[in-house]
Amino acid sequence: MHPILLAMDWGLLLEKAVLITIIISVSLLVAMYETWGERKIAAVIQDRRGPNRAGPGGLFQPLADGLKLFMKEEIIPTSSSRMLFVLGPGLAMLTAMMTSAVVPWSSHFDLFGRHIELQIADVNIGILYIFGVVSMGVYGIMIGGWASNNKFSLLAAIRGASQIISYELAMGISIIALLMLTGSLSLKTIVEQQQHGVYYVLWQPLGFLIFLVCAFAECNRTPFDLSEAENELNFGYHQEYSSMKLGFYLFAEYVNMFISSAVMATLYWGGYDIPFVNDTAFGQAHGQNLLAILQAVSLFGKVIIFVFFFMWVRWTIPRFRYDQLMRLGWNVLIPLSLVNMLVTGFLILLHQNNWHF
Amino acid sequence: MQALTSRAKRVERKPMTLWERLYLPGIAKGMMITFGHIFKRKPTVNYPEKTRPFSPVFRGLQVLNRDEEGRERCTACGLCAVACPAEAITMEAAERLPGEEHLYREEKYAAKYEINMLRCIFCGLCEEACPKDAVYLSETFAPANYTRKGFIYGKDELLIPDPVKQPDEYAKALGARAPRPK
Amino acid sequence: MGITQILFWFLSVLALISAILVVVSKNPVHSVLWLILVFFAISGHYILLNAQFLAIVNLIVYAGAIMVLFLFVFMLMNLNADTEPQKNKWLKIAGVIASGSLLLVLVAALKNADMKSRLAEMGGGNIGLIHNLGLALFNDYVIPFEISSVLFLSAMVGVVVIGKKE
Repeated sequence: MHPILLAMDWGLLLEKAVLITIIISVSLLVAMYETWGERKIAAVIQDRRGPNRAGPGGLFQPLADGLKLFMKEEIIPTSSSRMLFVLGPGLAMLTAMMTSAVVPWSSHFDLFGRHIELQIADVNIGILYIFGVVSMGVYGIMIGGWASNNKFSLLAAIRGASQIISYELAMGISIIALLMLTGSLSLKTIVEQQQHGVYYVLWQPLGFLIFLVCAFAECNRTPFDLSEAENELNFGYHQEYSSMKLGFYLFAEYVNMFISSAVMATLYWGGYDIPFVNDTAFGQAHGQNLLAILQAVSLFGKVIIFVFFFMWVRWTIPRFRYDQLMRLGWNVLIPLSLVNMLVTGFLILLHQNNWHF
Repeated sequence: MQALTSRAKRVERKPMTLWERLYLPGIAKGMMITFGHIFKRKPTVNYPEKTRPFSPVFRGLQVLNRDEEGRERCTACGLCAVACPAEAITMEAAERLPGEEHLYREEKYAAKYEINMLRCIFCGLCEEACPKDAVYLSETFAPANYTRKGFIYGKDELLIPDPVKQPDEYAKALGARAPRPK
Repeated sequence: MGITQILFWFLSVLALISAILVVVSKNPVHSVLWLILVFFAISGHYILLNAQFLAIVNLIVYAGAIMVLFLFVFMLMNLNADTEPQKNKWLKIAGVIASGSLLLVLVAALKNADMKSRLAEMGGGNIGLIHNLGLALFNDYVIPFEISSVLFLSAMVGVVVIGKKE
């Protein structure tokens, strides 16, 4: 065998490959059941029953929907830019999935004499990586909207993209305030700090609120789903899409929702930390593997609460008008997050100076 | 300006207070309202499994009745067709041949009896007009169909099952609205 | 040849090909998309140099923000190959001469530069890590850093003033 191949840590490679497979399948599964959950929640909020025909409680509804989407005729408009038309939904899906790489899903397993981290990559720029990938998400929308060669799609794509880059700023500044507290960009470190102290939402309530609002805007969810405002733009940027390409766009939204819930839980709500339990002591008492499983469950619980919140908001609040959206982003959220950052910096300096001016 | 009705309400155009302009309290209020709806009783009836009972005066699809021995009651007198305000009923009479006494009660019977369900207004005048209690309106309605032709119900759709040969189906098809012998 | 070198060659070829396609593409939107690919390749190079912060900031700022604005403009202007006006022949010749001279200057400058001793250490250096970069920026280069931020601020104010003009 070639020396390079021998030098590689095949165990690590296998471990990561398995982990990536699991995380991608879980994200897809969660996204599938988010569509079911969305319909159910919409239904109960509107005093209806929601899907209840396919399987018990309509549990197989997502499978039926997926099958329907696959069976539909695939239409590529003749006047569209063919390559980019296909690239658009693929890019949307890719960026949606890529974010999950830096989220720590649990602490670690001790299996087969190995120390298995439940995080695909613990890079020291974790949050920035998420930012980078999210800012790439704009291209899925823009390319799709432009390549459709339809004025409504183009307008929707431009709206969506300008919305995302506007809210990215407020999001970034609100995170800077958090980073001043943590002193690290690695999500794993941030979670570990919260395990030993309190959740950062207590230190950064305003920052969390801003981040939450921006996460709604980044995911193109109501009340910020301007890019698919059907009463103004027919169907939005995916108007010309059909079959599974449309499915990818819709699916990417749900994957995004899942991942952004996970990121919010990680940054502000302690990530995989089990609330009200001393995790280290529990791990020593009952074994690390059980702890890791429970921690993953705990993170999932938090994520599900956030996803429910996303849906709850969607079925409560009407859509913003475009000028309201922009005013909220630029005139309210950005100054607010700047103030939040300054106050945080001031307090940190004061704390370092032992509360003396 | 004078209000047109006593219920007219003036729209307030006061500038919003700071509390209202914060927007978040309003959102929280709305969210609590929708959250409350999660636990509300759902008014939906699970249709094919559960049906809402019809009112006792409901008039549905016509049924051509038979007597206790399974003979058709209809004598093709045509009174129902005359009574029908929508002219939905047509029939052709035929004479009973020897050996058919177990099929038809009287000497004359309806060889063809059709009701156009697209014309029928389910008024029940045919039921009232019938001197032989041969036609009455049941508690079901005409199901959907793909063609107009499918809505012209002939004897095979309208006739009730034979009470001697198929007693169960007969009892089921008879329903609560069937005219009872006095 | 190690993994790093394979990646290096792959990224370099990718960057060069995409850069050529940026220039060659008839459709400006395609050009922008190729340019984004160039940024990705360059970010890959940054990662090879263990400068993860620079890599991701390059992506966020250039590919994620500036190129989106470029795309905005191109998409709204609806530039097509057939609407592009034919350039003057003399302009073309002047362009070729100018860029040729620039190439000459660059080659001459790089030829005399002491490149061998300045080869970047693949994966070894750690100045690009966020911790070290922050320390360097705020210790050794505070004044230039602040001056450039003031420059940005003045640019921002200028934009607001222009935008506000009725």
